[in-house]
Amino acid sequence: MRNLFLFLSRQYFFFMFIAFEAIALIILVNNNVYQRSVFVSSANNMAGNLYTFSSDLTDYFNLKTINKQLADENAILYSLSKSSFIKTIQQNFIYEDTMYRLQYRYIDAKVINNTVTKRNNYIMLNKGYKQGVAKDMAVVSPEGIVGTVKEVSENFATVLSVLHSESKVSAKIKRLGYIGTLSWAGSDYRTGLLKDIPFHIQVKPGDTIITSGYSYTFPEGVMIGRVKSVNSNPGENFFTINISFSADYNKLGYVFIINNLMQKEQMNLEKLTQKNDKGTN
Amino acid sequence: MTRVLINFTIQFILLVLAQVLILNHINFGGYVNPYLYVIFVLSLPFDTPKWALLTLAFLLGLSVDIFSGVMGLHTAATVFMAFCRPGVLRFVSTKDLTIKGGSPSIQQLGFNWFFSYSFILVLIHHLLYFYLEVFHFSGFFYTLFRVILSLIFTLIFIFIFQYIFHPSKRKA
Repeated sequence: MRNLFLFLSRQYFFFMFIAFEAIALIILVNNNVYQRSVFVSSANNMAGNLYTFSSDLTDYFNLKTINKQLADENAILYSLSKSSFIKTIQQNFIYEDTMYRLQYRYIDAKVINNTVTKRNNYIMLNKGYKQGVAKDMAVVSPEGIVGTVKEVSENFATVLSVLHSESKVSAKIKRLGYIGTLSWAGSDYRTGLLKDIPFHIQVKPGDTIITSGYSYTFPEGVMIGRVKSVNSNPGENFFTINISFSADYNKLGYVFIINNLMQKEQMNLEKLTQKNDKGTN
Repeated sequence: MTRVLINFTIQFILLVLAQVLILNHINFGGYVNPYLYVIFVLSLPFDTPKWALLTLAFLLGLSVDIFSGVMGLHTAATVFMAFCRPGVLRFVSTKDLTIKGGSPSIQQLGFNWFFSYSFILVLIHHLLYFYLEVFHFSGFFYTLFRVILSLIFTLIFIFIFQYIFHPSKRKA
Protein backbone atom coordinates (compact mmCIF):
# COMPACT_ATOMS: atom_id res chain seq x y z
CA MET A 1 0.00 0.00 0.00
CA ARG A 2 2.80 2.39 0.91
CA ASN A 3 4.51 1.56 -2.33
CA LEU A 4 1.36 2.36 -4.21
CA PHE A 5 1.15 5.81 -2.61
CA LEU A 6 4.82 6.36 -3.29
CA PHE A 7 4.30 5.42 -6.91
CA LEU A 8 1.28 7.69 -7.19
CA SER A 9 3.07 10.66 -5.65
CA ARG A 10 6.09 10.19 -7.88
CA GLN A 11 3.96 10.00 -10.99
CA TYR A 12 1.41 12.58 -9.83
CA PHE A 13 1.95 14.80 -12.86
CA PHE A 14 0.85 12.04 -15.18
CA PHE A 15 -2.17 11.02 -13.11
CA MET A 16 -3.21 14.62 -12.62
CA PHE A 17 -3.03 15.09 -16.36
CA ILE A 18 -5.17 11.99 -16.94
CA ALA A 19 -7.72 13.29 -14.42
CA PHE A 20 -7.96 16.76 -15.98
CA GLU A 21 -8.08 15.39 -19.49
CA ALA A 22 -10.80 12.94 -18.51
CA ILE A 23 -12.87 15.76 -17.00
CA ALA A 24 -12.46 17.82 -20.18
CA LEU A 25 -13.45 14.94 -22.43
CA ILE A 26 -16.45 14.06 -20.26
CA ILE A 27 -17.63 17.66 -20.45
CA LEU A 28 -17.04 17.63 -24.19
CA VAL A 29 -18.91 14.42 -24.87
CA ASN A 30 -21.76 15.17 -22.51
CA ASN A 31 -22.46 18.70 -23.60
CA ASN A 32 -21.72 18.98 -27.21
CA VAL A 33 -22.25 18.98 -30.86
CA TYR A 34 -23.02 15.59 -32.33
CA GLN A 35 -23.58 13.83 -29.06
CA ARG A 36 -26.41 15.90 -27.72
CA SER A 37 -26.06 19.22 -29.39
CA VAL A 38 -26.93 21.20 -26.32
CA PHE A 39 -25.74 24.76 -26.25
CA VAL A 40 -27.27 25.90 -22.99
CA SER A 41 -23.88 26.41 -21.41
CA SER A 42 -23.24 29.40 -23.56
CA ALA A 43 -26.80 30.59 -23.55
CA ASN A 44 -26.44 31.28 -19.86
CA ASN A 45 -26.83 34.83 -18.82
CA MET A 46 -23.20 35.59 -18.01
CA ALA A 47 -21.97 34.83 -21.49
CA GLY A 48 -25.08 36.44 -22.92
CA ASN A 49 -24.55 39.73 -21.15
CA LEU A 50 -20.90 39.89 -22.12
CA TYR A 51 -21.80 39.35 -25.76
CA THR A 52 -24.56 41.95 -25.59
CA PHE A 53 -21.99 44.42 -24.36
CA SER A 54 -19.49 43.60 -27.09
CA SER A 55 -22.08 43.60 -29.84
CA ASP A 56 -23.37 46.98 -28.65
CA LEU A 57 -19.90 48.31 -29.38
CA THR A 58 -19.37 46.61 -32.70
CA ASP A 59 -22.88 47.46 -33.92
CA TYR A 60 -21.83 50.97 -34.79
CA PHE A 61 -19.61 49.73 -37.57
CA ASN A 62 -22.52 48.07 -39.34
CA LEU A 63 -25.07 50.85 -38.97
CA LYS A 64 -24.79 51.90 -42.58
CA THR A 65 -25.51 48.52 -44.13
CA ILE A 66 -28.25 47.76 -41.62
CA ASN A 67 -29.97 51.05 -42.42
CA LYS A 68 -29.81 50.18 -46.07
CA GLN A 69 -31.35 46.77 -45.41
CA LEU A 70 -34.13 48.29 -43.33
CA ALA A 71 -34.87 50.89 -45.96
CA ASP A 72 -35.04 48.22 -48.65
CA GLU A 73 -37.36 46.15 -46.55
CA ASN A 74 -39.56 49.13 -45.77
CA ALA A 75 -39.88 49.80 -49.46
CA ILE A 76 -41.10 46.27 -50.07
CA LEU A 77 -43.54 46.45 -47.17
CA TYR A 78 -44.92 49.81 -48.32
CA SER A 79 -45.56 48.38 -51.74
CA LEU A 80 -47.55 45.60 -50.10
CA SER A 81 -49.65 47.84 -47.87
CA LYS A 82 -53.32 48.44 -48.56
CA SER A 83 -52.81 52.05 -49.58
CA SER A 84 -50.55 51.11 -52.47
CA PHE A 85 -53.33 49.16 -54.13
CA ILE A 86 -56.02 50.69 -56.22
CA LYS A 87 -59.42 49.16 -56.33
CA THR A 88 -60.18 48.32 -59.93
CA ILE A 89 -63.28 46.20 -59.55
CA GLN A 90 -66.24 48.10 -58.14
CA GLN A 91 -67.63 45.35 -56.00
CA ASN A 92 -67.78 45.16 -52.27
CA PHE A 93 -66.12 42.42 -50.34
CA ILE A 94 -65.01 41.88 -46.79
CA TYR A 95 -61.24 42.07 -46.52
CA GLU A 96 -60.75 40.49 -43.14
CA ASP A 97 -62.49 37.28 -43.83
CA THR A 98 -62.47 34.24 -41.60
CA MET A 99 -60.89 32.48 -44.56
CA TYR A 100 -57.60 34.02 -43.53
CA ARG A 101 -55.83 33.08 -40.37
CA LEU A 102 -52.40 34.14 -39.27
CA GLN A 103 -49.96 31.26 -39.57
CA TYR A 104 -46.56 32.89 -39.14
CA ARG A 105 -45.72 35.52 -36.57
CA TYR A 106 -42.40 37.38 -36.75
CA ILE A 107 -40.22 38.41 -33.82
CA ASP A 108 -37.25 40.65 -34.55
CA ALA A 109 -33.96 39.90 -32.81
CA LYS A 110 -30.38 41.03 -32.79
CA VAL A 111 -27.43 38.72 -33.38
CA ILE A 112 -25.07 39.03 -30.41
CA ASN A 113 -22.67 36.21 -31.19
CA ASN A 114 -21.96 34.33 -34.37
CA THR A 115 -19.32 32.03 -35.81
CA VAL A 116 -18.71 30.80 -39.34
CA THR A 117 -15.34 29.05 -39.18
CA LYS A 118 -16.24 26.00 -37.13
CA ARG A 119 -17.66 22.76 -38.43
CA ASN A 120 -20.70 23.34 -36.26
CA ASN A 121 -21.70 26.96 -36.00
CA TYR A 122 -24.18 28.55 -33.65
CA ILE A 123 -25.66 32.02 -33.45
CA MET A 124 -26.84 33.73 -30.29
CA LEU A 125 -29.81 36.10 -30.30
CA ASN A 126 -30.93 38.64 -27.71
CA LYS A 127 -34.48 37.29 -27.36
CA GLY A 128 -35.53 34.42 -25.09
CA TYR A 129 -38.64 32.72 -23.82
CA LYS A 130 -39.66 35.90 -22.05
CA GLN A 131 -40.12 37.43 -25.49
CA GLY A 132 -41.97 34.43 -26.85
CA VAL A 133 -39.15 32.52 -28.49
CA ALA A 134 -39.35 28.74 -28.30
CA LYS A 135 -37.39 25.77 -29.55
CA ASP A 136 -37.55 24.82 -33.25
CA MET A 137 -38.67 28.19 -34.52
CA ALA A 138 -37.25 29.31 -37.85
CA VAL A 139 -34.74 32.16 -38.09
CA VAL A 140 -34.34 34.22 -41.26
CA SER A 141 -32.52 37.41 -42.15
CA PRO A 142 -33.71 39.97 -44.71
CA GLU A 143 -31.41 38.31 -47.25
CA GLY A 144 -32.29 34.69 -46.60
CA ILE A 145 -32.45 31.67 -44.38
CA VAL A 146 -30.34 31.57 -41.17
CA GLY A 147 -31.24 28.52 -39.07
CA THR A 148 -33.53 27.11 -36.39
CA VAL A 149 -33.72 27.92 -32.67
CA LYS A 150 -31.89 25.27 -30.68
CA GLU A 151 -32.01 26.33 -27.05
CA VAL A 152 -33.79 29.15 -25.22
CA SER A 153 -32.96 30.83 -21.94
CA GLU A 154 -34.74 33.67 -20.21
CA ASN A 155 -33.47 36.46 -22.44
CA PHE A 156 -31.32 34.72 -25.03
CA ALA A 157 -31.67 32.05 -27.65
CA THR A 158 -29.10 30.00 -29.54
CA VAL A 159 -29.66 29.15 -33.14
CA LEU A 160 -28.39 26.10 -34.96
CA SER A 161 -27.04 27.85 -38.02
CA VAL A 162 -27.40 26.55 -41.56
CA LEU A 163 -23.62 26.21 -41.21
CA HIS A 164 -23.89 23.13 -38.98
CA SER A 165 -23.27 19.50 -39.81
CA GLU A 166 -26.73 18.56 -38.55
CA SER A 167 -28.61 21.28 -40.36
CA LYS A 168 -31.06 19.89 -42.92
CA VAL A 169 -33.57 22.14 -44.66
CA SER A 170 -36.09 21.14 -47.29
CA ALA A 171 -35.37 23.33 -50.31
CA LYS A 172 -36.93 23.87 -53.71
CA ILE A 173 -35.69 25.00 -57.10
CA LYS A 174 -37.99 27.93 -57.72
CA ARG A 175 -38.11 27.67 -61.51
CA LEU A 176 -38.83 23.93 -61.63
CA GLY A 177 -40.49 23.21 -58.29
CA TYR A 178 -38.39 20.14 -57.46
CA ILE A 179 -37.56 19.44 -53.85
CA GLY A 180 -34.11 18.68 -52.42
CA THR A 181 -32.29 18.75 -49.11
CA LEU A 182 -30.00 21.59 -48.16
CA SER A 183 -26.94 20.90 -46.01
CA TRP A 184 -23.47 22.30 -45.49
CA ALA A 185 -20.20 20.61 -46.43
CA GLY A 186 -18.18 22.48 -43.84
CA SER A 187 -15.61 24.17 -46.02
CA ASP A 188 -16.72 27.62 -47.04
CA TYR A 189 -19.42 29.63 -45.28
CA ARG A 190 -20.61 31.05 -48.59
CA THR A 191 -21.37 27.69 -50.19
CA GLY A 192 -24.09 25.17 -49.36
CA LEU A 193 -24.99 21.75 -50.76
CA LEU A 194 -28.27 20.73 -52.34
CA LYS A 195 -28.84 17.00 -52.61
CA ASP A 196 -31.55 14.58 -53.74
CA ILE A 197 -32.22 16.30 -57.08
CA PRO A 198 -32.53 13.49 -59.68
CA PHE A 199 -30.50 13.45 -62.91
CA HIS A 200 -33.31 14.12 -65.36
CA ILE A 201 -33.91 17.61 -64.05
CA GLN A 202 -32.35 20.45 -66.01
CA VAL A 203 -30.77 22.52 -63.27
CA LYS A 204 -28.73 25.47 -64.45
CA PRO A 205 -26.26 27.67 -62.60
CA GLY A 206 -28.08 30.79 -61.46
CA ASP A 207 -31.35 29.05 -60.57
CA THR A 208 -32.93 30.41 -57.41
CA ILE A 209 -33.28 28.09 -54.41
CA ILE A 210 -35.99 28.79 -51.84
CA THR A 211 -37.45 26.93 -48.88
CA SER A 212 -40.11 24.41 -49.86
CA GLY A 213 -42.51 24.89 -46.98
CA TYR A 214 -42.47 21.10 -46.52
CA SER A 215 -41.45 21.48 -42.91
CA TYR A 216 -43.13 22.79 -39.82
CA THR A 217 -40.57 25.52 -39.26
CA PHE A 218 -39.88 27.49 -42.42
CA PRO A 219 -42.62 29.18 -44.43
CA GLU A 220 -42.54 28.59 -48.16
CA GLY A 221 -40.46 30.86 -50.34
CA VAL A 222 -37.71 32.08 -48.00
CA MET A 223 -34.64 32.84 -50.11
CA ILE A 224 -31.71 30.42 -49.68
CA GLY A 225 -29.37 31.20 -52.56
CA ARG A 226 -28.47 30.51 -56.16
CA VAL A 227 -27.07 27.47 -57.92
CA LYS A 228 -23.32 27.83 -58.35
CA SER A 229 -22.34 24.56 -59.99
CA VAL A 230 -23.99 21.22 -60.72
CA ASN A 231 -21.92 18.06 -60.18
CA SER A 232 -22.76 14.43 -60.74
CA ASN A 233 -20.86 11.63 -59.04
CA PRO A 234 -20.60 8.33 -60.88
CA GLY A 235 -22.69 5.64 -59.25
CA GLU A 236 -25.27 8.01 -57.81
CA ASN A 237 -28.69 8.87 -59.11
CA PHE A 238 -28.74 12.37 -57.76
CA PHE A 239 -26.92 15.59 -58.46
CA THR A 240 -24.72 17.27 -55.90
CA ILE A 241 -25.43 20.95 -56.38
CA ASN A 242 -23.30 23.74 -54.94
CA ILE A 243 -25.23 26.78 -53.85
CA SER A 244 -23.97 30.24 -53.03
CA PHE A 245 -25.96 31.48 -50.06
CA SER A 246 -27.80 34.75 -50.50
CA ALA A 247 -27.16 35.83 -46.90
CA ASP A 248 -23.65 36.71 -45.78
CA TYR A 249 -23.38 34.76 -42.53
CA ASN A 250 -20.27 36.60 -41.50
CA LYS A 251 -22.17 39.88 -41.38
CA LEU A 252 -25.48 39.01 -39.73
CA GLY A 253 -26.94 41.96 -37.82
CA TYR A 254 -30.67 41.71 -37.28
CA VAL A 255 -32.82 38.67 -37.94
CA PHE A 256 -36.43 37.55 -37.63
CA ILE A 257 -37.59 34.59 -35.61
CA ILE A 258 -40.64 33.00 -37.22
CA ASN A 259 -43.25 31.38 -35.04
CA ASN A 260 -45.40 28.91 -36.92
CA LEU A 261 -48.68 29.14 -35.01
CA MET A 262 -49.97 25.92 -36.53
CA GLN A 263 -46.86 23.84 -35.94
CA LYS A 264 -48.42 21.92 -33.08
CA GLU A 265 -51.50 21.02 -35.07
CA GLN A 266 -49.41 19.87 -38.03
CA MET A 267 -47.14 17.76 -35.87
CA ASN A 268 -50.04 16.14 -34.05
CA LEU A 269 -51.64 15.25 -37.35
CA GLU A 270 -48.44 13.68 -38.57
CA LYS A 271 -48.06 11.69 -35.39
CA LEU A 272 -51.62 10.46 -35.70
CA THR A 273 -51.09 9.46 -39.33
CA GLN A 274 -47.97 7.51 -38.50
CA LYS A 275 -49.69 5.77 -35.63
CA ASN A 276 -52.58 4.68 -37.80
CA ASP A 277 -50.11 3.52 -40.43
CA LYS A 278 -48.46 1.18 -37.97
CA GLY A 279 -51.85 -0.14 -36.95
CA THR A 280 -52.78 -1.25 -40.46
CA ASN A 281 -49.50 -2.96 -41.18
CA MET B 1 6.56 36.61 -5.95
CA THR B 2 3.28 38.45 -5.41
CA ARG B 3 4.16 40.74 -8.31
CA VAL B 4 4.53 37.74 -10.57
CA LEU B 5 1.20 36.37 -9.33
CA ILE B 6 -0.66 39.63 -9.96
CA ASN B 7 1.06 39.97 -13.31
CA PHE B 8 -0.06 36.55 -14.48
CA THR B 9 -3.59 36.96 -13.11
CA ILE B 10 -4.02 40.13 -15.15
CA GLN B 11 -2.50 38.44 -18.16
CA PHE B 12 -4.91 35.52 -17.74
CA ILE B 13 -7.99 37.76 -17.69
CA LEU B 14 -6.82 39.95 -20.55
CA LEU B 15 -5.93 37.00 -22.75
CA VAL B 16 -9.30 35.32 -22.20
CA LEU B 17 -11.14 38.57 -22.96
CA ALA B 18 -9.02 39.27 -26.04
CA GLN B 19 -9.58 35.73 -27.29
CA VAL B 20 -13.32 35.75 -26.72
CA LEU B 21 -14.19 39.27 -27.76
CA ILE B 22 -11.74 39.94 -30.58
CA LEU B 23 -9.79 36.96 -31.85
CA ASN B 24 -12.72 34.54 -32.07
CA HIS B 25 -14.23 36.94 -34.57
CA ILE B 26 -11.22 37.14 -36.81
CA ASN B 27 -11.81 34.78 -39.70
CA PHE B 28 -9.09 35.01 -42.28
CA GLY B 29 -10.70 33.81 -45.48
CA GLY B 30 -13.42 32.05 -43.53
CA TYR B 31 -11.04 29.27 -42.51
CA VAL B 32 -8.72 30.19 -39.69
CA ASN B 33 -8.91 31.54 -36.22
CA PRO B 34 -5.83 32.47 -34.21
CA TYR B 35 -5.74 31.08 -30.67
CA LEU B 36 -3.47 33.53 -28.91
CA TYR B 37 -4.53 32.56 -25.38
CA VAL B 38 -2.17 29.55 -25.42
CA ILE B 39 0.72 31.97 -24.94
CA PHE B 40 -0.24 32.03 -21.27
CA VAL B 41 0.82 28.40 -20.88
CA LEU B 42 3.87 28.97 -23.08
CA SER B 43 5.20 31.84 -21.00
CA LEU B 44 4.70 30.55 -17.46
CA PRO B 45 7.99 30.68 -15.47
CA PHE B 46 10.37 27.70 -15.76
CA ASP B 47 10.05 26.90 -12.08
CA THR B 48 6.24 26.69 -12.11
CA PRO B 49 5.26 23.56 -10.16
CA LYS B 50 3.75 20.93 -12.40
CA TRP B 51 0.44 20.79 -10.57
CA ALA B 52 0.04 24.55 -10.99
CA LEU B 53 0.84 24.22 -14.68
CA LEU B 54 -1.97 21.71 -15.23
CA THR B 55 -4.47 23.52 -13.02
CA LEU B 56 -3.87 26.85 -14.73
CA ALA B 57 -4.14 25.26 -18.17
CA PHE B 58 -7.39 23.63 -17.12
CA LEU B 59 -8.86 26.91 -15.84
CA LEU B 60 -7.67 28.79 -18.91
CA GLY B 61 -9.22 26.31 -21.31
CA LEU B 62 -12.44 26.24 -19.33
CA SER B 63 -12.72 30.05 -19.31
CA VAL B 64 -12.31 30.22 -23.07
CA ASP B 65 -14.76 27.32 -23.49
CA ILE B 66 -17.51 28.99 -21.49
CA PHE B 67 -17.58 31.80 -24.01
CA SER B 68 -16.92 29.76 -27.13
CA GLY B 69 -19.98 27.59 -26.95
CA VAL B 70 -18.36 24.17 -27.18
CA MET B 71 -17.62 23.05 -23.64
CA GLY B 72 -14.47 21.03 -23.00
CA LEU B 73 -12.82 21.50 -26.37
CA HIS B 74 -10.28 24.18 -25.48
CA THR B 75 -9.87 22.60 -22.05
CA ALA B 76 -8.84 19.22 -23.45
CA ALA B 77 -6.41 20.76 -25.93
CA THR B 78 -4.85 23.17 -23.43
CA VAL B 79 -4.41 20.58 -20.66
CA PHE B 80 -2.70 18.24 -23.09
CA MET B 81 -0.44 21.03 -24.25
CA ALA B 82 0.50 21.85 -20.65
CA PHE B 83 1.24 18.18 -20.03
CA CYS B 84 3.64 18.19 -22.99
CA ARG B 85 5.37 21.42 -21.94
CA PRO B 86 8.05 19.98 -19.56
CA GLY B 87 8.97 17.35 -22.14
CA VAL B 88 9.20 19.86 -24.97
CA LEU B 89 11.28 22.19 -22.80
CA ARG B 90 13.75 19.36 -22.21
CA PHE B 91 13.68 18.46 -25.89
CA VAL B 92 14.44 21.90 -27.31
CA SER B 93 17.06 23.08 -24.81
CA THR B 94 20.46 21.66 -23.97
CA LYS B 95 20.81 23.26 -20.54
CA ASP B 96 18.61 22.76 -17.50
CA LEU B 97 16.42 25.84 -17.61
CA THR B 98 14.68 25.46 -14.25
CA ILE B 99 17.81 26.61 -12.43
CA LYS B 100 18.13 29.75 -14.47
CA GLY B 101 14.78 31.26 -13.40
CA GLY B 102 12.63 33.56 -15.51
CA SER B 103 10.24 32.38 -18.17
CA PRO B 104 10.43 31.34 -21.83
CA SER B 105 10.72 34.38 -24.06
CA ILE B 106 12.48 35.50 -27.22
CA GLN B 107 14.54 37.99 -25.24
CA GLN B 108 15.98 35.38 -22.90
CA LEU B 109 16.58 32.51 -25.26
CA GLY B 110 16.59 33.87 -28.76
CA PHE B 111 14.26 33.70 -31.72
CA ASN B 112 15.19 30.22 -32.93
CA TRP B 113 14.77 28.62 -29.55
CA PHE B 114 11.41 30.29 -28.91
CA PHE B 115 10.18 29.49 -32.39
CA SER B 116 10.81 25.74 -32.15
CA TYR B 117 9.44 25.68 -28.59
CA SER B 118 6.19 27.47 -29.45
CA PHE B 119 5.86 25.72 -32.81
CA ILE B 120 5.82 22.25 -31.26
CA LEU B 121 3.44 23.13 -28.43
CA VAL B 122 0.99 25.14 -30.53
CA LEU B 123 0.97 22.36 -33.14
CA ILE B 124 0.07 19.85 -30.41
CA HIS B 125 -2.69 22.14 -29.17
CA HIS B 126 -4.15 22.80 -32.63
CA LEU B 127 -4.03 19.17 -33.74
CA LEU B 128 -5.98 18.08 -30.70
CA TYR B 129 -8.36 21.03 -30.88
CA PHE B 130 -9.33 20.70 -34.53
CA TYR B 131 -9.60 16.91 -34.61
CA LEU B 132 -11.69 16.89 -31.42
CA GLU B 133 -13.93 19.53 -32.94
CA VAL B 134 -14.56 17.49 -36.09
CA PHE B 135 -14.64 14.29 -33.99
CA HIS B 136 -13.80 11.90 -36.79
CA PHE B 137 -11.11 11.44 -39.39
CA SER B 138 -13.15 11.84 -42.54
CA GLY B 139 -11.82 14.87 -44.32
CA PHE B 140 -8.48 14.25 -42.61
CA PHE B 141 -6.46 16.46 -44.94
CA TYR B 142 -8.97 19.26 -44.94
CA THR B 143 -8.77 19.42 -41.14
CA LEU B 144 -4.98 19.24 -41.36
CA PHE B 145 -5.07 22.19 -43.75
CA ARG B 146 -7.08 24.16 -41.19
CA VAL B 147 -4.64 23.16 -38.43
CA ILE B 148 -1.68 24.44 -40.42
CA LEU B 149 -3.32 27.71 -41.43
CA SER B 150 -4.44 28.43 -37.86
CA LEU B 151 -1.00 27.43 -36.59
CA ILE B 152 0.66 30.02 -38.80
CA PHE B 153 -1.66 32.79 -37.64
CA THR B 154 -1.44 31.82 -33.97
CA LEU B 155 2.37 31.90 -34.19
CA ILE B 156 2.32 35.31 -35.87
CA PHE B 157 0.11 36.62 -33.07
CA ILE B 158 2.31 35.04 -30.40
CA PHE B 159 5.41 36.73 -31.81
CA ILE B 160 3.66 40.10 -32.08
CA PHE B 161 2.53 39.68 -28.47
CA GLN B 162 6.07 38.82 -27.38
CA TYR B 163 7.60 41.86 -29.05
CA ILE B 164 4.95 44.22 -27.66
CA PHE B 165 4.86 43.04 -24.05
CA HIS B 166 8.46 42.04 -23.52
CA PRO B 167 10.54 44.87 -24.96
CA SER B 168 14.01 43.55 -25.66
CA LYS B 169 16.03 45.93 -23.49
CA ARG B 170 16.56 43.20 -20.88
CA LYS B 171 19.00 41.50 -23.21
CA ALA B 172 21.64 44.21 -22.71
